[in-house]
Amino acid sequence: MTTSTLSRPRPAKIRDEKGTVPFSIVNYTVFALLAFVCGYPFYYLIVNSISANDLSALGEIRFLPQGMHLDNYRQVFDLDGLPRAAVISVARTVIGTIATVLASAYLGFMFTQQRLWKRQFWYRVVIITMYFNAGLIPIFIIVKSLGLTNSFWVYILPMVVQPFNIILVKTFVESMPSELQEAAEMDGASILQIFFRVYLPNMTPILATIAIFSAVAQWNSFQDTLIYITDQSLYTLQFLLYMYINQADSLAQAAQQSGGDLGAVAGAATSQTATSIRTTVAVVVVLPILFVYPLFQRYFVKGIMLGAVKG
Amino acid sequence: MAVPVNVSTVVATEREQVRSRRSRGAGRGGREARPPSHRRQSFGLFLTIVPFLVLIFVFSYLPLYGWIYSLFDYRPARGLFGSEFVGLQWFRMLVGSPTQVEQIVQVMLNTLAMSFLGIAASVLPLAFAVFLNEIRAKWFKNLVQTITTLPNFISWVLVYMIAFSMFSSTGMVNGLLENWGVISEPLKFLDSDEHVWLKMTLWGIWKTVGWGAILYLAAIAGIDQSLYESAKMDGAGRFHTMWHITVPQLMPTFFVLLLLAIANILNNGMEQYYVFQNAFNRETIEVLDLYVYNIGMTGGNLSLATAVSMLKSVISVALLLAVNALSKRVRGTSLV
Repeated sequence: MTTSTLSRPRPAKIRDEKGTVPFSIVNYTVFALLAFVCGYPFYYLIVNSISANDLSALGEIRFLPQGMHLDNYRQVFDLDGLPRAAVISVARTVIGTIATVLASAYLGFMFTQQRLWKRQFWYRVVIITMYFNAGLIPIFIIVKSLGLTNSFWVYILPMVVQPFNIILVKTFVESMPSELQEAAEMDGASILQIFFRVYLPNMTPILATIAIFSAVAQWNSFQDTLIYITDQSLYTLQFLLYMYINQADSLAQAAQQSGGDLGAVAGAATSQTATSIRTTVAVVVVLPILFVYPLFQRYFVKGIMLGAVKG
Repeated sequence: MAVPVNVSTVVATEREQVRSRRSRGAGRGGREARPPSHRRQSFGLFLTIVPFLVLIFVFSYLPLYGWIYSLFDYRPARGLFGSEFVGLQWFRMLVGSPTQVEQIVQVMLNTLAMSFLGIAASVLPLAFAVFLNEIRAKWFKNLVQTITTLPNFISWVLVYMIAFSMFSSTGMVNGLLENWGVISEPLKFLDSDEHVWLKMTLWGIWKTVGWGAILYLAAIAGIDQSLYESAKMDGAGRFHTMWHITVPQLMPTFFVLLLLAIANILNNGMEQYYVFQNAFNRETIEVLDLYVYNIGMTGGNLSLATAVSMLKSVISVALLLAVNALSKRVRGTSLV
């Protein structure tokens, strides 16, 4: 990982070692294959979403797009509910991420403050919830009795306090020199000033990690819509995508059970719009991640190292 | 299937504990000695975190009260006190009727089988990292790492979407195989009950192996380089250093992961199985979490579902404590 590891001159002996060259060939090949297996499906979705719909419905588009057009995207955004679902998904991702990051930063910092009343006790109260929960149904009943079902806030509130993130921040703050705080206190800064002016600006690497984790979790979340939401205006993109896949799925099954010949099955299961809409919605769902992910990759790799390696 | 994030949690918790032990013993310099004026602020500071504690209380502790529903024949329309108190009826029912027992046994089998396959597969990220570390071309290494991590960042719905477009009876794979004349009938990758456990494990591997490897790669980057240098002085070659230095150095991390996976053996989540379930594979794909959802939310028997998930939580905590004790004995550090 580090440059020193990689650019360090290799002793000639290694190169001469028996089996090293064949090993390298196999090693590179295997990793190239793995990368292909992991990356190709994404490419496949994108290429199919911009290719001629009749060809993609027949599964003819495998590597190069044919009959390129962007109509699918135009049509998909005219679909009932999709723009709204996109707004809900973006809103929960933005609001949820900001809330989680601020809460994690503040709580993580506070739990390093010895003078916090019953610090250890409250810290444990928070951390225990990471390992122990009442289960799906009791949580559902509580959420329901609070009137949070069919409410946008059910996407946000339960996700605000994440014990794991708090541990990350706490460990990070503890690795910072305590002189930072002492100096600020000498200058007469209050604890909130110390948090906002001194610590928060210095926490960026760990907060970036937390931000990407919670943004991805929010964007990908499917289960909470499934459990808590029946109001269609609060559906998320993930949920909509699931519904699109399933509709085509049941269509295909019905056709198979009625015993039609193969051509008819293919026609019913993947009429042009079914496939093109499915792949296009999938691309709409995955594209933000494809864009954001490489930008943030170095942060979360760093974040994991902060959490894992130093100990 | 262990979620890698949990691993760093555990490692971080361990550090935390070491640290707090240290600070209790030796004191952390300036932080202990505070002017008394600061003591008075402490309750005020506490008040600022109360809103967050309320959230934790409402969404994590208050639901524990809901375990009481397992003792009632709960009907949402009538409320708890309008519902009939039935004592341990649901628990007796779980072990009472043969069909119910059969169902529970099947669900437990599915849960344990897929968890064990997941645990068996947990050596893969380690192997992945060890071999990737042997790649010298930096650009290639970074590229592989970036691409293989990507599946971890998409939802199970999208994984299912991908599975559907590639492996359904009209999907690309069946199309290719037919074109090549390998098969005449489309293979039922998705809607059959054959090899469901294995297939689910493979999807899990596809989604998480690259991500899991990041943690090990980070650990490899932290290995003291002088170990390698002195080994080379002694004439160790590439395979020797891989096997005798890199792998042993990763074992502590692997061990933490393994213990955590064992503690989480009943918690394989429901999202993956929910999206992949259909009329054909329902029997072999239903894990405990999905079972609770299916009888509670779909079947409407909230009380029975509560009883099942309650037992699950209790067993999980017992497992966690057992693994924790084991970890203390074997490694001298605890997980929790």
